[in-house]
Amino acid sequence: MGTSSQSRAGGSGDSERAHTKALGATVRPRPSKTRPYQELADEDRGTGGESLANFLGVFSIGLGLAELIAAGPMTKIVGVEDDDRNRAVMRLMGVREIGHGVSILSKQQPATAVWSRVAGDALDLALLGRALANPDNKRGRTLFATANVLAVTALDVMCARLLAKQPETVANADADDDVIRTKRSITVGKPVSEVYAFWHDFENFPRFMRHLESVTVAGPQRSHWKAKAPAGHSVEWDAVTTEDRPNELISWRSVEGSDVYNSGTVRFMAAPGDRGTEVRVELEYKPPLGKLGSKVAMLFREEPGQQVQDDLRHLKQVMEIGEIVISDATKHPGPHPAQPDDEPVTL
Amino acid sequence: MKATCWMGPNKMEVTTVPDPKILNQGDCIVKITSTAICGSDLHLYNAFIPALEPGDVLGHEFMGEVVEVGRNVNRLEVGDRIVVPFPIACGVCRACKNELFSVCENSNPNAWLAEKLMGHSPAGIYGYTHLLGGFAGGQAEYARVPFADVGPLRVPESLSDDQVLFLSDILPTGYMGAEMCNIQKGDTIAVWGCGPVGQFAIASAYMLGAERVIAIDRFPYRLDIARERLGAVTINYEEVDSVPDVLKDLTAGRGPDACIDAVGVEGHSHGLFYVHDRAKQMMRMQSDRPIALREAILSCANGGTVSVIGVYGGLIDKFPMNAVMNRSLTIKTGQCHVHRYMKPLLDRIEKGEIDPTFVITHHLPLDMAARGYEMFNNKEDNCEKVVLKA
Repeated sequence: MGTSSQSRAGGSGDSERAHTKALGATVRPRPSKTRPYQELADEDRGTGGESLANFLGVFSIGLGLAELIAAGPMTKIVGVEDDDRNRAVMRLMGVREIGHGVSILSKQQPATAVWSRVAGDALDLALLGRALANPDNKRGRTLFATANVLAVTALDVMCARLLAKQPETVANADADDDVIRTKRSITVGKPVSEVYAFWHDFENFPRFMRHLESVTVAGPQRSHWKAKAPAGHSVEWDAVTTEDRPNELISWRSVEGSDVYNSGTVRFMAAPGDRGTEVRVELEYKPPLGKLGSKVAMLFREEPGQQVQDDLRHLKQVMEIGEIVISDATKHPGPHPAQPDDEPVTL
Repeated sequence: MKATCWMGPNKMEVTTVPDPKILNQGDCIVKITSTAICGSDLHLYNAFIPALEPGDVLGHEFMGEVVEVGRNVNRLEVGDRIVVPFPIACGVCRACKNELFSVCENSNPNAWLAEKLMGHSPAGIYGYTHLLGGFAGGQAEYARVPFADVGPLRVPESLSDDQVLFLSDILPTGYMGAEMCNIQKGDTIAVWGCGPVGQFAIASAYMLGAERVIAIDRFPYRLDIARERLGAVTINYEEVDSVPDVLKDLTAGRGPDACIDAVGVEGHSHGLFYVHDRAKQMMRMQSDRPIALREAILSCANGGTVSVIGVYGGLIDKFPMNAVMNRSLTIKTGQCHVHRYMKPLLDRIEKGEIDPTFVITHHLPLDMAARGYEMFNNKEDNCEKVVLKA
């Protein structure tokens, strides 16, 4: 048992011995009760700092666009003279900011990209320092801008250090090969056998997956999928079942050469104390516009992780009450007031 | 049909909208005979709760006659006279099985949105923002009622609308507020807010065996109802320097055994904290003014219970957690699990233990709903409760 990260994760032989010492045999949980859950918890190791990095990436792009498009007003905001030279510098800094943003958002583990933001901050601070030295500039504004850059620098450093500290795990190892992994879960108030059987019948999928038009069985291990795509189009692909353990898990992946690459596993576990079935979906996919596109889609609830969560909630509703619950506002995909209307249900 | 729509802050309009339809097969459509404006609707009127859209039909206290039922409805029939509980609950999920109806796991179609703000999603509620489902409300001529077999209570013809309408929300809410106090022999209960929910909390505290109830408000007509109709001891907080001090005096230093916050997000007070809260709320740096809640915590006896039935919509500042922790206080709260209380409270009404009509000060036609909001919000004409007749 070597590194500190391993001992922190627990679940090893050592910590089992520690249990033996601390808890009596009648109290101690059996390892089978805790180990699968420790493994689940460990799967998330290595993701620390991701949302802070995403925020900084979006912030970079926003600031960069402002510097690029509104270079004039931005030079005034930082308190320097609004002349051609300063505007050019401002635009250059804008391009740099956008570059930082794109490179942060395109990676799962953007430690290097965030450090380069820190370097950019240093450049900004140097430029602002020069502006402060010039008595013709509006010193108050420059000081205010400097204070803001210092605050963001602090965030950048915090984020970069957090990212650099992350252990190499499944969550971030080879995470930059354009594949995105997402995992979501829900508890369905039905026995494992029932939930497994429902899921095993792929043709049920369109009942609870709002992006699917149809799934048809095309052979013993093969199925044909048709999903809605933006602008009224649809995409189709074939999938093969790669593993099927009754009442435990089902794995699948799209066949080679498909337009859409995805693979996934759904696991079923009995929830404790008659709480039904814990359903966990792990999905791996190649987003059409890369990681950057997928992070932008997240803002519009079209990112697959959120879709999987919605689908699982619908699965729960279909299994527990027989249909998906809708309201006057949510029967439409877009914003709509909570008011009855005569249009058909389009969700 | 005619429906009361939120069109923006302090702007309600009764307009014509399409009639509701069966959307899920467990739905029924009810032709509304009576509906009411709730104090919590005023938080929407004043836009203190997020996720409203112009055109949203409001209203979550309503009753009427079933005119259509979905294919899967077994218990209700066309023609039944029903009162509808305000939380929408599926009746089969784990929360519902545990009688925690207002946190039903299945009834909020916008659960993903609620999860982002609150961690987990509560149940859907009629006419109460998109965060809680985007369901059209019941201040209208008709309403769609999901899970018709689970929520609605059939009421006998011998009781008038006014006698049973408040089973939909405010009577059970006040009752749950008192029940959460776990009232023991000799207990003194303090209630902040003498709106209709506060009045029902006072009444319920007595029904559950309280020795004495102390009611706190600033409107003399509301304090009069609490004192004259219910037998509460009343304090006008604008006329005293410190409510906790008065409560300490009335209980000889012990403090009330339990305190009920029936105020919520738009509390009023005087003093520095109030000015500070008001300013932060106006600048949108804080969504809620937890003035009553703070006072309730500071006033409550050691080891006592603070029961929160006032509605909160966001984050609060300067929460006296030191008092809660060091003095062993218990905080109990929740949107009312109305389904639990409807039948037992109907029995109490039938037995004459309580006549809920005492809170009603105004009857208005549905057309005048906007005026009703205005009157209730501004406490005009001693307005306590407005019932709208469709």
